[in-house]
Amino acid sequence: MSTETLVATGNKAHSHGPGSPVPLQARSERPTSYDVDVFPVPNGREEEWRFTPIKALKGLFEDTEPTETPKIDASGPERVTIETVVADALKVLTPQDRPSAIAWKQSPSALAVRIPNEAELTEPVHVNVASLGGRGYTHLIIEAGRHSRGLVIIDHTGAGELASNVEIKVGDGAELRVVSIQQGDHDSLHLAQHDSLVGRDAKLKHVVVTLGGKVVRINANVRYAGPGGDAEFLGVYFAEGGQHHEHRLFVDHEATNCKSNVLYKGALAGDHARSVWIGDVLIRAAAEGTDTFELNRNLVLTEGARADSVPNLEIETGEIEGAGHASATGRFDDEQLFYLQARGIPEDAARRLVVSGFFNDIIGKIGVPEVVEHLHEVIETKLARTAELSASAKAALGQ
Amino acid sequence: MATLEIRDLHVSVDTENGPKEILRGVDLTIAGGQTHAIMGPNGSGKSTLAYSIAGHPKYNVTSGTVTLDGEDVLDMAVDERARAGLFLAMQYPVEVPGVSVSNFLRTAKTAIDGEAPKLRTWVKDVNKALSDLDMDSDFGNRNVNEGFSGGEKKRHEIVQLELLNPKIAILDETDSGLDIDALKIVSTGVNRFAEKGDKGVLLITHYTRILRYIKPDFVHVFVDGKVAEEGGAELADELEANGYERFLKAAAK
Repeated sequence: MSTETLVATGNKAHSHGPGSPVPLQARSERPTSYDVDVFPVPNGREEEWRFTPIKALKGLFEDTEPTETPKIDASGPERVTIETVVADALKVLTPQDRPSAIAWKQSPSALAVRIPNEAELTEPVHVNVASLGGRGYTHLIIEAGRHSRGLVIIDHTGAGELASNVEIKVGDGAELRVVSIQQGDHDSLHLAQHDSLVGRDAKLKHVVVTLGGKVVRINANVRYAGPGGDAEFLGVYFAEGGQHHEHRLFVDHEATNCKSNVLYKGALAGDHARSVWIGDVLIRAAAEGTDTFELNRNLVLTEGARADSVPNLEIETGEIEGAGHASATGRFDDEQLFYLQARGIPEDAARRLVVSGFFNDIIGKIGVPEVVEHLHEVIETKLARTAELSASAKAALGQ
Repeated sequence: MATLEIRDLHVSVDTENGPKEILRGVDLTIAGGQTHAIMGPNGSGKSTLAYSIAGHPKYNVTSGTVTLDGEDVLDMAVDERARAGLFLAMQYPVEVPGVSVSNFLRTAKTAIDGEAPKLRTWVKDVNKALSDLDMDSDFGNRNVNEGFSGGEKKRHEIVQLELLNPKIAILDETDSGLDIDALKIVSTGVNRFAEKGDKGVLLITHYTRILRYIKPDFVHVFVDGKVAEEGGAELADELEANGYERFLKAAAK
């Protein structure tokens, strides 16, 4: 994408005009609204859009009727209620950007998955969302009743353009795990906002697995409804040539004695493979006793790939248990490769070993066997493709 | 009988000012059943020799040959050299995060043997190798070299030597940074390997200390990228008494 194109888009669509500085803004001051018009069409210079290939997303910035209804199959244990409800049945989520506001407005109803109070599910709830090739919007509500335990796996596949809103409410004392897998076709687009509200002494484990799609961008936000809440955000991504995987988190600590832990790990391979990770944590003045940590690691496997990683911590009270963040992006270490090969392990196997080692800790934390198994398979496939690419690149160089 | 033959080996590395020659014609033959020590001052090219034989991409062989039982080693990829029977115990073993020692050892053993080791005997073999090197059996669960102390890294190299059972072992300053107890443990491991018969050992060291525990059949003094003098164990005794001064003076002339 050239600079000229960016500026031209900006002239048409944005009142600042080209070259206007983006004002520095505290994370809490960023607008949220159900009104699409609050969010102008992005020009790419906005803080929340500056890493995103907005040109590819034009269709999802247009406030028009969907051209398809994505196919949703949901199933789960008997005690779980799965039904269509009105869009504003829960309102844990308020759109934070234009595509989310459009998706909210253009989906007149939502699919609600409700785990009753005190129910302890032994089987997961599956929600399979397939985009059929057009432009579609989805709205999903997940509610875990108080003292319930459950697991919801959302699997996104298909070929089209999808904007989705996911609202998650974890009742007091409940333990909920939500896994969202993004594995759309190579040309698919997927923008999503996930807002979670964690109840008193409740636990949420939110897992994002992004493997496919041309552009995937997920905003995951969490707030706490009472003290003692615990939210763990895990993310795994693997961007190949031409793929853009973007994950943005906002942990908003306002209640006392809550915990948050963010761990995202990604690998990149191939020309124009791109990942963006933004981790915002806000500890408000009232949030005494907060304990938070966030970590992002990227492993760049080939030339031509790029990872951006921006952790950001705002602290308004000193009365906290702990707060920290770390971020690192490294190239594939050839010394590791040499060491393993010097022990007889062939190059391909050595690469696989290093990459699976990189993902090992986070995959262990996901703890959902069917997801873990699938993840291993896809990583293997992607590494095999990467190996083919580098082999043909070497052959082209006559090495 | 296993034989590693190095003939007129010249090796250079790329620097900002163009290629720099480090090895300037090395001749060395290591046969099974022999232990050779290469000694020399810092910067004489000892480690370069070790890494060149193992095939580290940083080093460019500009001329000469290296053969193992007549096979051209220089034509092999790094992993092929290991499978052909060469082993390099590294001075600075590399950390591999997220890969457990037991997974690593099993993967390496499978690659070297061409088939997975029998599970029951393998677990026993690993535990024995670890305990022989005075390492706790839960080392298997730790990640390769991650958070290991200097001594643990070196002992882990010798564990691999014993389990992978190569024809020729090259030990690059395995003694550096070891306290006397660790040095004895590591030396005992190397001797155990050498006593298996038909095993060649090339021990690269700066100090004579390790030669009290591992008796070399041949000592080669390395200066300025080639062998300056060769002899038996008595040459090490002379170095112990007088240091490298005589050789450095000769090289400077």
